[in-house]
Amino acid sequence: MLFWTTIKIALRSMLANKLRAILTMLGMIIGVAAVIAMLALGNGAKKRILGWVSRMGKNTITIFPHNPKIAPVLNGSADPLTIGDARAILKIPHVKYVSPVVTAWQPVKWGGNFTTCNIVGCAPTYIKIHDFKIQNGAMFTDYDCQDIASVAVIGPETAERLFGSQDAIGRTITVSTVRFKVVGVLVPKGRHGWFDPDNQVLLPYTTAMTDLMGRLVALNHIDLQVDHAANLNRVQAAAQNVLRLNHSLIHGDEDDFWISNQLQVLKMANRIGGAFTLFLGAVAGISLLVGGIGIMNIMLVTVTERTREIGIRKAIGARRRDILRQFLIESMIISLLGGLVGVGAGIVAAHYVKFRSFSGHVEPSMVFLALSISAAIGIFFGYYPARRAAALNPIEALRYE
Amino acid sequence: MGQRELLEMTNLTKRYRIGDTDVLALDAVDLVISRGEMLAITGPSGSGKSTLMNILGCLDTANSGSYMLAGEDVSKLAGDQLAAIRNRRIGFVFQNFNLLPRLSALENVELPLLYAGRHDARTLAHAALTTVGLADRTHHEPNQLSGGQRQRVAIARALVTDPAIILADEPTGNLDSQVGRDILDLFHRLNQAGSTIIIVTHDHEVARHCGREVQLRDGRIVAEVQHAPQHQPSTTKEATAAA
Ligand SMILES: Nc1ncnc2c1ncn2[C@@H]1O[C@H](COP(=O)(O)OP(=O)(O)OP(=O)(O)O)[C@@H](O)[C@H]1O
Ligand SMILES: [Mg+2]
Repeated sequence: MLFWTTIKIALRSMLANKLRAILTMLGMIIGVAAVIAMLALGNGAKKRILGWVSRMGKNTITIFPHNPKIAPVLNGSADPLTIGDARAILKIPHVKYVSPVVTAWQPVKWGGNFTTCNIVGCAPTYIKIHDFKIQNGAMFTDYDCQDIASVAVIGPETAERLFGSQDAIGRTITVSTVRFKVVGVLVPKGRHGWFDPDNQVLLPYTTAMTDLMGRLVALNHIDLQVDHAANLNRVQAAAQNVLRLNHSLIHGDEDDFWISNQLQVLKMANRIGGAFTLFLGAVAGISLLVGGIGIMNIMLVTVTERTREIGIRKAIGARRRDILRQFLIESMIISLLGGLVGVGAGIVAAHYVKFRSFSGHVEPSMVFLALSISAAIGIFFGYYPARRAAALNPIEALRYE
Repeated sequence: MGQRELLEMTNLTKRYRIGDTDVLALDAVDLVISRGEMLAITGPSGSGKSTLMNILGCLDTANSGSYMLAGEDVSKLAGDQLAAIRNRRIGFVFQNFNLLPRLSALENVELPLLYAGRHDARTLAHAALTTVGLADRTHHEPNQLSGGQRQRVAIARALVTDPAIILADEPTGNLDSQVGRDILDLFHRLNQAGSTIIIVTHDHEVARHCGREVQLRDGRIVAEVQHAPQHQPSTTKEATAAA
């Protein structure tokens, strides 16, 4: 009963000072909206990164020829990764696909059109490992690799740049100075940051190595896919053993290669995304703090203005805690109402404001968090004014004009 | 303290310190008030009427002396304990009404009961408003009521908890004379119904309406006057409802 009366009194005194109430709430609204929008944006970015990582193939492992922990990259003593290494890895249980990979950044021409993109020499399994689909034509085959065939599968963006709207299949493109026949075009995956999987040229690794890159042994990396996520770490350990054996490393030698598995990458992406979210949230939290100070300010004014009312209440028997509770409820109503409106505004903002390629992603837990924080701010910043009200001397309060 | 004595003040002293000098607002006051009395406290300005009233109403405590109210020693209480005594035992009526502006008459009258944690607040508040003749104004807010009506609401709020004493500080001071008389009549009726009423006033007309008058000067009780019971003209009964 007293509780409802208190809320009613709070709402009525807010209605009597609408503009002031709105201005006070504005601080909270902006703060909460910023928190929601920033958390949503951070979350969206994280989701985007994770989505992209997993779109680049499920349960993948990549093996690089240098261990960043030891020796500079150009140290000649490290054994390169070889086709032999790739074959040995294929024999490991639970390995589904393996592809040796060589890459180079080279110009591609057709007619008068020209683009520079990533040239990837790989096995046919490469598109399975990284979950690429062919929209036109077909992937080159193992025979093409054996025959060192001059065929290419190109990304949709590359096709667009070279051929515009014309059909790419069967046409001959020039990579650096070597001519390749286009046999397939990939389905678009969507660009991500600096890396564009849609603008690349896939070649049989044999052809790329002999005709284009002038090397017969050293691979840039070996990509493989494991049958199940649960086997990622096991396969990684097995691959490490196989490679150490192949590279004649003895006990005590550091690996002369580097294995990265997708779980670690995902974990890292998660961590980075989490930190990003936290950072944005903290920045937005500062505006909440400002909103809270606004509430405290207004509550102090309110307490002063209503000194007489407080005196009357005390005269008719309100205890300290009754007065304290009343003003805490009032500041909580302001902060919670502000918080509610702010959540709405934040959701709208997160929905419409797109930041580069990702938009915000609101989760119920964020709304819950934002509202809890609002209530907490109401209590925290309302406490001092409320305590001042509760501590007023009834006689002086009654005499107050 | 016997059955009939409701409150007893003994050797009560209140000092205010302003700078280096002490002002003796109450100087060894002895006062006994019986159940069912209607008492006036009078005196010139600065004689200590309000100070006495605040202590009687447990808004303040004396520096020394004892104050027994309804069998309880309240002179040593403080803070929330005094608040509880005010809530249960005291009803205040102020010169300037002191109603809460944004609450209806009914809600104003309910408030002390809500602080007491009572669940029958609404019913009792209705009854109190009916007693003061405002049954048809329950949902009006103070600024929609006349001065006399506001004071009636204040009186209803004072009596709704069935307090030991109703304390009124210049209750007619802000009202014109006719309305003031109506309010006095209302106090009379409440007194006849059993309420103990203490009115602080410097209006002799008001004092004459009370059975006993205690006169203060410089913080001391200098005289006590017994007044003959007042007979009420029947016409004011009509005016009561119209006030
Ligand atoms: N809070 C205070 N601080 C200091 N002195 C005070 C205080 N309250 C009252 N006094 C002094 O105590 C004395 C009694 O004051 P009180 O208010 O009780 O007089 P009063 O009889 O009610 O006067 P009035 O008829 O003008 O209301 C006065 O001298 C006054 O100045
Ligand atoms: Mg006075």
